[in-house]
Amino acid sequence: MLTRPERGSITILFEGAPLPARPGESVASALLAAGILAFRTTALSGAPRGPFCLMGACFDCLAVVDGISGVQSCLVPVREGMRIERQRGCGDLPGEAAA
Amino acid sequence: MTDRFDVAVIGGGMVGSAIALGCARLGARTALLDEGDVALRAARGNFGLIWSQGKGDGMPAYAAWTRESLRRWDCFAESLCAAAGCDIGYRRSGGLIFALGEEEWAQRQEDVRRLHNQEGGPSTPVRLLDRRALEELLPGTPLGPRVFGASLAPEDGHVNPLLLLRGMHTAFRALGGEHRPGPAVTAVRPGFTVCRGEERIAADRVVIAAGLGTPKLAAMLGMQVSVHPVRGQNIVTERLPPLLPLPASAIRQTAEGVVQIGVSYEENVWETATTVTELARMAARAVQVLPPLACARVVRAWGALRPMTPDRYPIYAQSRVNPGAYVAVCHSGVTLAAAHAGPLAEGILSGRLPDSVAAFRPERFLADAA
Amino acid sequence: MTVDLAIIGAGPAGLAAATEARALGLSVLLLDENPGPGGRIWQAIETRPAKDAADRAALAAVRAFRASGAEARFGATVWCVEPEGRVFWSEGGRAHVAKAEQILIATGAIERPLPIPGWTLPGVMTVGAAQIALKTGGLVPSDQVWLAGQGPLLLLYAVQALAASGRIAGVLDLAPRGAFRRALAHLPRALRAPSYLGRGIAWRLALRRAGIPWIRASRLRAEGEGRLERIRFVAAGEEHVRPAQILLLHDGVVPSVQMTRALGCAHCWDESLRCWTPKTDPWGRSSLPRIVIAGDGAGIGGAAVAALSGRIAALGIAEALGRLGAATRDSAAAPLIAARARHLAVRPFLNALFAPLPVEPEDDTILCRCEEVTAGRVREAVALGCLGANQLKAFTRAGMGPCQGRMCAAAVAAVIAAARGVPEREIEPYRLRFPTKPLTLGELAALYDEAEPAALQAT
Repeated sequence: MLTRPERGSITILFEGAPLPARPGESVASALLAAGILAFRTTALSGAPRGPFCLMGACFDCLAVVDGISGVQSCLVPVREGMRIERQRGCGDLPGEAAA
Repeated sequence: MTDRFDVAVIGGGMVGSAIALGCARLGARTALLDEGDVALRAARGNFGLIWSQGKGDGMPAYAAWTRESLRRWDCFAESLCAAAGCDIGYRRSGGLIFALGEEEWAQRQEDVRRLHNQEGGPSTPVRLLDRRALEELLPGTPLGPRVFGASLAPEDGHVNPLLLLRGMHTAFRALGGEHRPGPAVTAVRPGFTVCRGEERIAADRVVIAAGLGTPKLAAMLGMQVSVHPVRGQNIVTERLPPLLPLPASAIRQTAEGVVQIGVSYEENVWETATTVTELARMAARAVQVLPPLACARVVRAWGALRPMTPDRYPIYAQSRVNPGAYVAVCHSGVTLAAAHAGPLAEGILSGRLPDSVAAFRPERFLADAA
Repeated sequence: MTVDLAIIGAGPAGLAAATEARALGLSVLLLDENPGPGGRIWQAIETRPAKDAADRAALAAVRAFRASGAEARFGATVWCVEPEGRVFWSEGGRAHVAKAEQILIATGAIERPLPIPGWTLPGVMTVGAAQIALKTGGLVPSDQVWLAGQGPLLLLYAVQALAASGRIAGVLDLAPRGAFRRALAHLPRALRAPSYLGRGIAWRLALRRAGIPWIRASRLRAEGEGRLERIRFVAAGEEHVRPAQILLLHDGVVPSVQMTRALGCAHCWDESLRCWTPKTDPWGRSSLPRIVIAGDGAGIGGAAVAALSGRIAALGIAEALGRLGAATRDSAAAPLIAARARHLAVRPFLNALFAPLPVEPEDDTILCRCEEVTAGRVREAVALGCLGANQLKAFTRAGMGPCQGRMCAAAVAAVIAAARGVPEREIEPYRLRFPTKPLTLGELAALYDEAEPAALQAT
């Protein structure tokens, strides 16, 4: 696993559960530090995926961040109280009526 | 190396592939010469609409030709899927043209009525739907407030254009057709011989369906054909939850869930690059039609070049100087695919193009000039 | 906003170019999608303590940049560059545009994909990813972390991880036998270059002293249910299985050409790195008049070369804009060009020593991660007449996902070439167009001005 000795000083929520995070790091980094490797399932086959490149090129680290689907979690810095959920398939569009 | 074919079709895009398929289905020994990956490939840009709405406004023969193709599309799709062994994403549940704002809605109604009153009428029936009727038709579709109404052609639909092209190639080969991807054809001589690098292909008939490459080759056989590029840019979004169950003229959601947005109309542009100006315009319109799309991400965009004739209608002709040589060029290769594979291919093999395409001879441009 | 020079990328090349251009009196706008300067190799350099001379030099470069007066925008993701000089980017959820007389693309390199069976399992990442996690999150490897592949970055990361008290279960060296022998011919020239070889040897020795198993292996597979649980490989003629939680892959880096491709710049094939590189003259000028390229994006050379190229590019741009005479430009550039050549002397040796691994994936190995297209389906398409990567879109959705081929283009081209029996350089790569990074339709729509469509909204 990838770990770090000091706990982060701020708190984010992953699927409702609080996690420590380091100010300035990406959401993906914080989740990895907590031992979370799978962030989503693919729209096509439902296969689990997680971060691969951590530099915004692979699009495998997509997660739902503060209610917005399809966010590249490696490019978003953590914020106190940020809510993150796994993304299942293609996610939702905010403001869209249920079809 | 020399082979002799009944027909050699130059151009493996929507038009050429459909014609070649039709010839092969009728038992002709057919070669399809396809430029492959580096071609301009208008087929790549295709929105995939099987579209009759608005066609032939001012030219009844085109409305009729479109109707003929739409009638045959069900059978065509079925036989393709059977021969190609794959789903081509063919859906015929209707097609919409949205009107944003009062003025557009008034114009839409006028356009529909004008075509309705034209000799022969529209290709297929069209209904006008005001806002309430639209909401009834599409419950749960998040239409923007500026959508005042739409016209609906219940017989229209869409298909996956890339799968269609591949399906035609596969079916063609399954019927014994010879599909030859390779370099561009450089010359075609009377008799007929098609030259491509060192390759020589001999055929009793030749069909030039090479999109923007048609005029140069057609001239070698004494046919004057005028075709110029009109760029169309497309946007494709990430996969989205189901939003839009029917295709519209500038926006459709594919079977994979991505939303495809089009389309620009830029005369005489030879570049397939995208421009922010057009992409922004297309995006602005799409967001007005379906406001939740404002949060949808663009995954890619591209430009493709339509082969456009001077009056936008197809050109079909047999050479008088070299009978057995044909040209076929249009920018609605998907809608017309069934007609191309049907009556047009039959006409080519029989030596006489069908009456329904008589209006599309290139001589019509000379008449205008005089 | 209008500037003399817009620079995309705040790595060594971009920072050096910005600093030099400012010193020459040009107005400069620097755009980078990261929260701060440094690019990849100096990632987050301002946020962590300097550990060694290299870090200190990097910080000095960043400080010089900060003092230069260049306008810098971070968290700015460029998604379009027009050849006529407009640059579009997203910042804070909004689209922005600026006009520039000259544009320097300094977007660096990307890791070469290493598709092995199971590489899409959560827990499998690149060595570059682990390095980013180390630098920005302080994450170090602990249990059951394996490295696999080859190349300087793999060695460097392992050393950095150990220095941070990390533990590595082992390194699987996937390089085919005889690499050193093949590289030997380039060794004399390489010895003229500063310190690269010495550093590499020191890194390798450090790993040995730390007792990290170094295994010459092949046929690596990642396996597990829902995530990586074990790796399987062949070594010394036998199959081995090891438990694994993290597998870090690396097979060298190649220039990132997304922007230069979308722009329509000319590229040439580099056979030693098996990759496409934009065509540039010694000043970094591309085939397009306003577009200049510097850093690893113009050809892999490393940080020192990138910094020198950035300065050389700035000198060339200043001369092109009439701010500097040709003679002054040449005399200022001469020592930089000479230094660059000395550094580049090591490249033929390194390129041969770490020649790209052969791409021969099994049929059920995924090539296109976004659309889950396997090597087998690509081979099927070739058998059905598909000639290249663009035509492939009629057979599979390979290349049509959000990464726009960043993860798969090289592997797809290699598989098509092998199936067709032609050299890889004959395979036309994925045709790319802007936007090269995603933005929302809302952002794009906000740029549209109904009254003046050609103008685009001022932002």
